[in-house]
Amino acid sequence: MNQPNLTLKDFASDQEVRWCPGCGDYAILKTVQKLLPALDRPRENQVFVSGIGCSSRFPYYMNTYGFHTIHGRAPAVATGVKLANPELDVWVITGDGDGFSIGGNHMIHTLRRNLNLQILVFNNEIYGLTKGQYSPTSRIGTLSPSSPAGSIDPPLSPCAVAFGAGGSFIARSIDTHAKHLTEVIGAGHAHKGTAFIEILQNCPIYNDGIFEPVKDRQTAPDFRVEVEHGKPVLFGKNNEKAIRLDRDSLTLEVVPADADGVLVHDETNPALAQLLAAMRGPDFPIAIGVLHRRQQPSFDEQFSRRKGESRAGNLGALLLSGNTWAVS
Amino acid sequence: MELIEEKLDEHHLDQREVVDVVVRFAGDSGDGMQLTGANFTLATALYGNDLSTFPDFPAEIRAPVGATFGVSAFQIYFGSDDIVTAGDAIDVLVAMNPAALTTNLSNVTDGGLIIADRGAFTTKNLAKAGYAVNPLDDGSLAEFRVLDIDISAQVLAAVESFGLGHKASLRCKNMWTLGLIMWLFDRDRAAIVRNLQTKFANKPEIAGANIAALNAGHAFGETAELPTGIHVYRVPRASSEPGLYRNITGTQALAWGLLAGIELAGIDMLFASYPITPASNLLHELTARKDFRVSTFQAEDEIAAVCTAIGASFAGSLGVTSSAGPGIALKSEGMSLAISTELPLIVIDTQRGGPSTGLPTKTEQSDLNMALFGRHGDTPVPVIAPATPPECFDIAQEAVRIAIRYMTPVMLLSDGYLANAAERWRIPRIDDLEPLPVEYARDSADFSPARRDPETLARVWARPGTPGLEHRIGGIESNYDSGDISYDPANHQKMTEMRVGKVAGIVKDIPLQEVDLGEDSGKLAVVGWGSTYGAIHQGVKRARLEGHAVSHIHVRYLNPLPGNLGELLGRFDSILVPEMNTGQFARLLRAEYLLDVEILSKVSGQPFKIGEILAAIHAKCREIEAVQ
Repeated sequence: MNQPNLTLKDFASDQEVRWCPGCGDYAILKTVQKLLPALDRPRENQVFVSGIGCSSRFPYYMNTYGFHTIHGRAPAVATGVKLANPELDVWVITGDGDGFSIGGNHMIHTLRRNLNLQILVFNNEIYGLTKGQYSPTSRIGTLSPSSPAGSIDPPLSPCAVAFGAGGSFIARSIDTHAKHLTEVIGAGHAHKGTAFIEILQNCPIYNDGIFEPVKDRQTAPDFRVEVEHGKPVLFGKNNEKAIRLDRDSLTLEVVPADADGVLVHDETNPALAQLLAAMRGPDFPIAIGVLHRRQQPSFDEQFSRRKGESRAGNLGALLLSGNTWAVS
Repeated sequence: MELIEEKLDEHHLDQREVVDVVVRFAGDSGDGMQLTGANFTLATALYGNDLSTFPDFPAEIRAPVGATFGVSAFQIYFGSDDIVTAGDAIDVLVAMNPAALTTNLSNVTDGGLIIADRGAFTTKNLAKAGYAVNPLDDGSLAEFRVLDIDISAQVLAAVESFGLGHKASLRCKNMWTLGLIMWLFDRDRAAIVRNLQTKFANKPEIAGANIAALNAGHAFGETAELPTGIHVYRVPRASSEPGLYRNITGTQALAWGLLAGIELAGIDMLFASYPITPASNLLHELTARKDFRVSTFQAEDEIAAVCTAIGASFAGSLGVTSSAGPGIALKSEGMSLAISTELPLIVIDTQRGGPSTGLPTKTEQSDLNMALFGRHGDTPVPVIAPATPPECFDIAQEAVRIAIRYMTPVMLLSDGYLANAAERWRIPRIDDLEPLPVEYARDSADFSPARRDPETLARVWARPGTPGLEHRIGGIESNYDSGDISYDPANHQKMTEMRVGKVAGIVKDIPLQEVDLGEDSGKLAVVGWGSTYGAIHQGVKRARLEGHAVSHIHVRYLNPLPGNLGELLGRFDSILVPEMNTGQFARLLRAEYLLDVEILSKVSGQPFKIGEILAAIHAKCREIEAVQ
């Protein structure tokens, strides 16, 4: 069933948005509210499920079904929603702490099962709602109330974890890069299976500017590369630089765009995609776009098929199954 | 009160006809004792005796051969009347090796029969069981009747023609032993032969060898010259209400009760669980029921299991999760979310010995406090507990009813004994069960997710997918009227009181407490909950036959407690609460009713014995008389 003429406004709830001024979450919210009418799916079938943290307030601002759950558990709750009613479009909204620290286990297993839902990870490399502690994606040396001398634990890469868990759709985008984010989320929604989307998101209060080189118009061409399936991996102001695979060391290198053997992005090749996903500044640009996508049966589809259509079970017959005897 | 045991005044095997008998099969965990017990149970049920069984197995799957900690046992108590426990003292012990003998001997009644496999009483096995000399030879078993047979040799001879090889042939030892016990109690082998043929349908030679062993064991009883006093015993059939009967374990009854509940409610169930002893069998049982409105999901952990169940309930199914103590502890934050968001949820705790990993395969009732109080915030939750394996069927339906009628999580407390024990069950007629109608919200006019039924205080159940009812719920405190986030102090007070009042109000919707046995006032009430039912029932019954004024009250609703319970208990001079913890329910009764309640605690991982309850009643009665 289609609802004609739905607009951004139809997806905005009546709740006052309470993120800090300048928070990247505003941009993501707008992008999603704008994208949903275009997806041409019934509004009542949209369900946003979140955990705890700044990003997890997201469902309150969407005029859809929403469930603000507990810390780290959104993928598990979303799994229940999807299994109970596979017709629903289920969106998981989480952050770096919610999704990769306290809720890391559910993230891994949801990806592994390939449940048909979208997971949007708002990665700002910091704990915002608890007032600025370093997170599992914070870079070494991050100064925070819980690491006044700088954090010492190496960060994890959400996309690398998603690859490790066998994710079938792995993408990265940027909060304020609306056009790109719209395309990536749209592609994720179209994917049958778990669509994992890491969104680099700025926290203006506790980790301001952490992604600035990737976002700033002046520096972005040198610090990020937008990968597209079947196209050479080029970057720089005039696309003068490229990425190439060194076949001896199986590592990537930056070469001039006209060099031989420039890498052409193949999103179906997880090995190459992982190398692209792992690129970090300052020596390499950060890769955004759909890094990996492959077709694989979704868990819910198989779950429903295994379950079958039959509801013919007869309770009376069940109670009488096996050995019974009559007493008269 | 101190736990002591009185020997019940019984000498079962002195007569040719006996009223009730306890048989315990014990051997290595690989000896097939559980299968043997299950088959004997079937034959006994078909014979027409009342019965109760108790499998007692180690946590180790395949412990080293001959080890005392690897002994796996199956106990069956059967007779002609009112069998509600697995029995106190063992009348017939089947000991497949020295370890099985030494771990069970102290429970064998004087004059009881011990059937031992001499072939397994090797020097090595004797040493493993701590015997310096063979107890079959040193006269230490003189007070018992002993039948020592080289079962291994008998079996090898009986199945030789099937050419199975030594090891596979010896696997038939349990069937040979079963054959002998079948002879001893005059049971019909036909059903077991059918079972073996079905079980080994693809391996006819294995089926044949097992059946041959079964028949050989039986023939041995018929023909061998047995020691004096060992003969066929007759156990009269039980007189029971007319109807169709079957045996059922607590786990089976619980699973079927849940299926009945969703059938009566007309909704789907998502059962999400993580493997844990002794709760996993419920997952297995429901997974096998694909053609009912149940789906099962094995989650990555306990927290995911409860959260998946909650997600399913949000989407309009009934979410159910199940575990034992350690797993329930992990689910507590999820349960609080379901309480806060007012979603139906059933949490089943098959309690086992704690704390921590504790005694995974042994029974205990020590999660009551956790069920009642073990969550953050003021989080009242209805708690109910079945008393017997068959009653699990009714209490599971009751859990469904309360969860959907009140939009609340419900905790159901089973335990390791109830889950595995089997009793005779008169099969109910499905048409006699009460429908449990569910109403989802449909009307979008003035819809609010906070709308509630003025009578039950249950919040509206609005399923995603319903046009016009789009709404958000969450664990942040919500406004009483709109359901929106609210940090307002007065609203939090109101919401907290509403949550407490909603669960407290269920008292109007549950039966008044009845007296299970005896008068509704008097000198002494023995008050129990959960799986202690059988031992208390028998203990009180025997005390009453002796002339003691004692009553048995068994509580199924632990929160809210039945409306008349305080007043009823107040009519007794003394109250004794036997429970398999250190007094959790007794303290609840003290706190609720300001009554002087005495605790009889047992936490050995084993159920109460009738003799222990009886001893406590005797002690209490002496005390009461001394005061007067």
